[in-house]
Amino acid sequence: MTSGTASEMDGWEVVIGLEVHAELATATKLFSGARNEFGGEPNENVDPVSLGLPGSLPVLNEKAVELAIRVGLALNCSVQASEFARKNYFYPDMPKDFQISQFDQPINGEGWLELPDGRRIGIERAHLEEDTGKSTHVGGGGRIHEASYSLVDYNRAGVPLIEIVGKPDLRSGDDARAYVSELRSILVAIGASDGKMEEGSMRVDCNVSVRPVGQDQLGTRCEVKNINSLRSLGRAITYESRRQVDLIASGQEVDQQTRHWNEEDGRTHTLRSKEEAFDYRYFPEPDLVPVAPSAEWIDEIRAAMPLLPGERRHRLAEEACIQPSAAALTVERGLDDLALAAMDLGADPERVLVHVENNLADGQGALTADAFAALVAMETGGDLTATQAKTVLADLVDSGGDPAAVAASHGFEAMDTSELEGLVDGLIAEHPDDWEAFVDGDEGERRKKSGFFVGQIMKATRGQADGRVVNEILERLAADA
Amino acid sequence: MEPDAGTSTPGRISRDDVAYVARLARLNLTDSELDGFTGQLADVLDHAADIEALDLDGVAPTSHPLPLSNVFRADVPTVGPADEADHRLFCDEVLAAAPAAEESRFRVPPVLGEAP
Repeated sequence: MTSGTASEMDGWEVVIGLEVHAELATATKLFSGARNEFGGEPNENVDPVSLGLPGSLPVLNEKAVELAIRVGLALNCSVQASEFARKNYFYPDMPKDFQISQFDQPINGEGWLELPDGRRIGIERAHLEEDTGKSTHVGGGGRIHEASYSLVDYNRAGVPLIEIVGKPDLRSGDDARAYVSELRSILVAIGASDGKMEEGSMRVDCNVSVRPVGQDQLGTRCEVKNINSLRSLGRAITYESRRQVDLIASGQEVDQQTRHWNEEDGRTHTLRSKEEAFDYRYFPEPDLVPVAPSAEWIDEIRAAMPLLPGERRHRLAEEACIQPSAAALTVERGLDDLALAAMDLGADPERVLVHVENNLADGQGALTADAFAALVAMETGGDLTATQAKTVLADLVDSGGDPAAVAASHGFEAMDTSELEGLVDGLIAEHPDDWEAFVDGDEGERRKKSGFFVGQIMKATRGQADGRVVNEILERLAADA
Repeated sequence: MEPDAGTSTPGRISRDDVAYVARLARLNLTDSELDGFTGQLADVLDHAADIEALDLDGVAPTSHPLPLSNVFRADVPTVGPADEADHRLFCDEVLAAAPAAEESRFRVPPVLGEAP
């Protein structure tokens, strides 16, 4: 997905910065022992702290801090001493009438994330805060301005969140999707969050502005909220950047606004303007003392970190002699360990990756690295055609076993070349016009006719022939003709 | 903050500043209360000015009087399996204490506008 059609967006650059909130995978809430669980009965996972009852006091969850530090390390941030602050506003989703967040001293300072294509996207900060309760608006078709009343469930209130603020380094909907997708992979890999956008455990707010190509100064931005999937993210950016370009092109100005993405009509709508922006009256949270993680603790957390998706892409790319971006799909499918093990056993890296990308979309199933390597060896050795290898591979994924035995059970045997030559000779005799077109035709014609001949041979041999060998025979005969 | 209109107290805080903060805090202040609080808040800020006069280079801002950091609790639920019944009672009691509840949720007056 790109931002609008070329003619409308020509000469304009879209600038995007994302704020991602992810719920941390703790057993309990950020400031109390109430359970952190999705689903369940409303107002089941509450206690005096998450209900903001008078006299209740917050106590910080050590695990949440550890996970926040993991996020910081994974995003190459400076992990630093930090404090909590009260963000004051009146809305029934926060029973205390303030949210405990971090303001001027976040636990993670600047860092960066590497996209699969190698570009680095800056991270401004990644701080801890508590999630809010969930409101359901009743009456008026569920629309907030027309509702007759609202119902609030505080199960989510106080759930630990990490808010990751990205720099405005993204330039398209595709960029934004790649960034969120990579961020989600990282959060899942380090066990910080389950990263489920559809369940709201990962939420994305999107700052969009446009400027003429070549202009350094940023345009006026709008913040788009209520984006619930990667697809919506791309659509919202396309719509919002188009809207801003249209405004400027018609001589108007972009108002700094917060806008609401509507999935049904595919548009963004004004939520509030700059004049209505909230003044949160942040001040240090008096009920919590500072967090100053020691160097030893940070080292300990770093030592326990798994390989990150980026590191796994580089590892596989190096082994297979490919670009890291070409290793992305294999890592995304979690099949890089399998691929590396098969390569270690001598399997041809190119064939291994072709199978992983084309034939293992649903995972490795019962396939072992040994069987995979043996299968690829049979294929590269000419004992199996690519089509036959695919069939055997599917069986190995379903029920395991030895590739040679599985191949034999399908009656796959390598056809010897002389047998194939005989078949090709016969075919040429039956189709002299096609043969002439193949021998004398231009490149396109040649390709078309070779497809025809290979197809006929495959039909005659019921897929047993190796297409590559048939092509070699055709080329050789044509050269002699 | 809105611009300082400089009405009653010269310098540190204006009556308009106080009215603005009061509005943010949803406090309904009378004219005489506004005057009173403007004076009191100006005194508080004057006290801060005394501190400002000291040479505090290299002294970290104090947001807490206690010389403590890293006070944590373990990530263990307070409500264990044995406490389920008591916890259920607590939840029911809390909902019953609310001015209005429906479908195990707190019922609140219509909300005009989206949460920040």
